[in-house]
Amino acid sequence: MRGRVRGGRASEFAMETLIRVLGFSTIGFVLLIFLFLLREGVPVFFEVPLKGIFSSHWYPTFGFFGTLPLILGSILVTVFSIVIALPLGVATAVFVREVAPRWVRDILKPIIEVLAGIPSVVLGFFGMTFVAPFVRVLGAPTGLTAFTGAFILAYMALPTIISVAEDALDSVPRSYRDAGLAMGATRWQTMWRVVVPAARSGILTAVMLGMGRAIGETMAVMMVTGNAAVMPSSLAALFKPIRTMTSTIAAEMGEVARGSTHYHALFGIGIILFVLTFLINLAAASAIFQKKRRGGLR
Amino acid sequence: MIQNTGSDTLVNLALAWAERYMTLNPEVRIAVTGGGSGTGIASLINGTVQIANASREMSKEEIALAEKNGITPVRFTVALDAIAVIENPANPVRGLTLRQISDMYTGKITRWTGVEGDERPIVLLSRESNSGTYVYFLDQVVRLGDSKNKALFSPETLLMPSSEGIGSEVRQNPNAIGYDGLGYVTADQKMVAVARTDAGPYVLPSAVSVHDSSYPISRPLYMYTAGAPSGEVKKYLDWIAKDGQGIVTELGFVPLVEAAK
Repeated sequence: MRGRVRGGRASEFAMETLIRVLGFSTIGFVLLIFLFLLREGVPVFFEVPLKGIFSSHWYPTFGFFGTLPLILGSILVTVFSIVIALPLGVATAVFVREVAPRWVRDILKPIIEVLAGIPSVVLGFFGMTFVAPFVRVLGAPTGLTAFTGAFILAYMALPTIISVAEDALDSVPRSYRDAGLAMGATRWQTMWRVVVPAARSGILTAVMLGMGRAIGETMAVMMVTGNAAVMPSSLAALFKPIRTMTSTIAAEMGEVARGSTHYHALFGIGIILFVLTFLINLAAASAIFQKKRRGGLR
Repeated sequence: MIQNTGSDTLVNLALAWAERYMTLNPEVRIAVTGGGSGTGIASLINGTVQIANASREMSKEEIALAEKNGITPVRFTVALDAIAVIENPANPVRGLTLRQISDMYTGKITRWTGVEGDERPIVLLSRESNSGTYVYFLDQVVRLGDSKNKALFSPETLLMPSSEGIGSEVRQNPNAIGYDGLGYVTADQKMVAVARTDAGPYVLPSAVSVHDSSYPISRPLYMYTAGAPSGEVKKYLDWIAKDGQGIVTELGFVPLVEAAK
């Protein structure tokens, strides 16, 4: 009896240690990856003057390493994809959580999860063959535009936005709804004036996570945005081709000789991308903290 | 196991050679992948492949890098290729001069009316910069073969990650102009006849017009080995230079020696 207890303690200790090591190793891996990124990418900031890095010409094979069109391209596509996905996502979440009868919800939720599982290359192919011709019919010279990319990305960000927003709505206490209705508000008014604002910070988190998903997406974007490194100068740029940071890295990584300026420049883009995603995640995390402090409400 | 990587232009031909050679010599294994000439050459420099396929010559910098790694690249010409300028079948333009194509790709002509075509904007399509076809087209067409010319592709040029990307856009979009290896042009894309000067003649790409040099945009395709080849690699390259030439035409390329009529 006693022996077994001791044995149990020993195995418990072993288990605990194992789990701890695994937990810390994740942090270790992230740190290692970041250090690697820094080691390979930082040299570009010495090899190319800062003015050159933030200029508007990206011709890496000819010594022009202006990343500005790539950064703006990524931001344009990402922001616009959220502009499309946010109303759709929140409306879907409200419908699933507040309006739909139980059996509809039971069908919709798994379908939304399936949407998240569609490989990005399939969505890219869909965008290339169906969305792009449609965009061209709208009057753009070519269908491979920032808008097409934003449209596909919106689809990819939707499942994230819907499920996180739905959780946020779920955490709004029933008493809020009851109070709204008791004050004589209609069901519609209660939903939009009480429940959705109360879940605001959760919805913000949903947007941030969707954004993180969109800015890092590569394959689908590379297939539908045309990859022309043009400076997006006005809103009309939405219907022109652009080139994102991710597709630049993906398209050019294979060709570079290790240790060349071009190689360092691609890792430099990786650093910029990493910093951007980190800022977005930080914003999402601070929204979550706010939510905790206020008890999930406001 | 022979590792063979590089040019997307050459990849289908290289695959066909490898398959044929492996049926003749079952004890030899050859693995072929694409990715672009730049990718193949980078792999050769990094010492991960025995044969790199390239649709352009290695640059001085690349050779220097290889030699720094203790590798002396050796070049073999394995086939010839014509680069076809392609457009949508609905486009009425039938012939272009090299100068006109250059002006389009540098952004001097932005509408098809500039080359006696329809009232449409021009959408420029190109391969990514890791493609040997990109480098060749830049040197011979955009810069008109003038080594002092420092012109670049217009920033508006759409860089497509694959031949198929160019193909599908040309099929769908009457505004588009693109270029690709002759072997990749399908029936639903229209080839443009190209002339060296305004006086003509305007010539369509074909095996005949490549051999008599009347078609202006043709080039040799290469395989590079790391050092002088020996053993299986040497036998394979010897086979390609002789018996292997028999299947070159089937894949839309031009054999080294004009086929006996």
